[in-house]
Amino acid sequence: MQYQNLAENVGDKVEGIIEEFGRLVILTWQVIKDIFHGHVDVKLTLEQMVKIGFESLPLALVTAGFVGAVFALQISSEFVRFGAGKFVGGVMGIGIARELGPAITGIVIAARVAAAITAEIGTMNVTEQIDALKALGSNPVRYLIVPRFIAAAVMLPILTILAIITGFGGGYAVASFVSKINPVEYMENAQSLLKLWDIFGGLIKTIFFGMIIAIIACYRGLKTRGGAKGVGEATTSSVVSTLISLFIVNYFLSILFFR
Amino acid sequence: MIELTNLTKYFGSLRIIEDISFTIPKGESLAIIGPSGCGKSTLLKLLIRLEQVTKGSISIDGQDIAKLSEEDLSLLRRKTGFIFQTAALFDSMNVYDNVSFALREHSGKNETEINNIVKEKLALVGLEGKQAMMPAELSGGMQKRVSIARALAFDPKIILYDEPTTGLDPITSVTIEDLMLKLAQELKVTSVIVTHVMQTVERVASKVVMLHEGKFINTGTPKETKQSTDPIVKRFITGGLSLNK
Repeated sequence: MQYQNLAENVGDKVEGIIEEFGRLVILTWQVIKDIFHGHVDVKLTLEQMVKIGFESLPLALVTAGFVGAVFALQISSEFVRFGAGKFVGGVMGIGIARELGPAITGIVIAARVAAAITAEIGTMNVTEQIDALKALGSNPVRYLIVPRFIAAAVMLPILTILAIITGFGGGYAVASFVSKINPVEYMENAQSLLKLWDIFGGLIKTIFFGMIIAIIACYRGLKTRGGAKGVGEATTSSVVSTLISLFIVNYFLSILFFR
Repeated sequence: MIELTNLTKYFGSLRIIEDISFTIPKGESLAIIGPSGCGKSTLLKLLIRLEQVTKGSISIDGQDIAKLSEEDLSLLRRKTGFIFQTAALFDSMNVYDNVSFALREHSGKNETEINNIVKEKLALVGLEGKQAMMPAELSGGMQKRVSIARALAFDPKIILYDEPTTGLDPITSVTIEDLMLKLAQELKVTSVIVTHVMQTVERVASKVVMLHEGKFINTGTPKETKQSTDPIVKRFITGGLSLNK
């Protein structure tokens, strides 16, 4: 009896996850259809680009710079111990371009932007502003989601390029001044090991990250029920599900692009 | 004319509306009364497809609203003003942007024309010169009036009021009721008013129905409603009706 209940609970959970996933796919399809039919409000999209991209810049750069620095600190001491100090530049370059740059940017945006999007749309939902949008003849998907979806998909790669440069710079500074690795060797090794595809592959991943962040955050906002408590819960669940999705998608895209 | 045919609405297994057939003629001010939670607001939302009908149909001027394309539905919604219980103003926009929202999105008019319409609608609700104020700076009554001005932007032929005077002080309630009367008499709009405030019903409605256990109880004019011998209507009006009975 106990096992039967357990099995039923697990079954319900799995069914719930599949249903949610199905709804997310339908919403994504609606958004993509609207974009291809030209239902894009340029002004709103530019506003979202500033919010999602420009306003996230300080956080993304500071995080990337210090992660690059600490990554260099850890690997350079070990590499120098084994007489492989000249490889630090290359390993830093590949690590940051393929994984750290895209992942850090994705995490930072997921934490900052997904929470903001869900809280905003969720509040609009519980205060009947989404219904008001519909009652005034507007389509909430076009008005609220399409601009955020495009803005996140465009701004994530741009932020990532800057994060890669900053992270690599942070690593360069620590490797040169703290671990006393020859700066010329660091740069030369990075140049020889780092391929253009390492950077492009990383950037393509972040386009997917941007779309995932925007669509999950908007979906959670639209599903919000139950006042301030509901908005709080939706925001937390938005950040958690966005982060988990990013890590999973990142793994499979890395296999696809870099193996 | 609004026609409900065998209208039924369920949320999961919870019955909200059960097999209602009813006609609201052009120009009528119909009040739908009933205790909180009985499904009055849901019924109002069904009229512009903010909620989906479970069974039956709703026709407005002969058009089944369930069969409208996305464009036609958008047009119907613009031609139907909806006043939300919470006013539902866009809190990130000022009064001007709220009232001009649908005009900017759908009318193709230039900013001067839009400006003139906004001024006209704000004057109609007695809020001239308040364009720059944010919703948070407005009182509840002012928010309701901005919400009415916003709903009037496209000169609707039907206005749906969801609890227009609930929670307002008596003086503000009278101001809103006067405005509703003015719209009904001067602009000849069809009004559907969901409320449980009997003073609003008496002052504004020309006909009253009560929603009880998913069905309409036709009670006639506000005067006839007040004198109704139906025990359910009587208990509601005197404040003795429980949702469970």
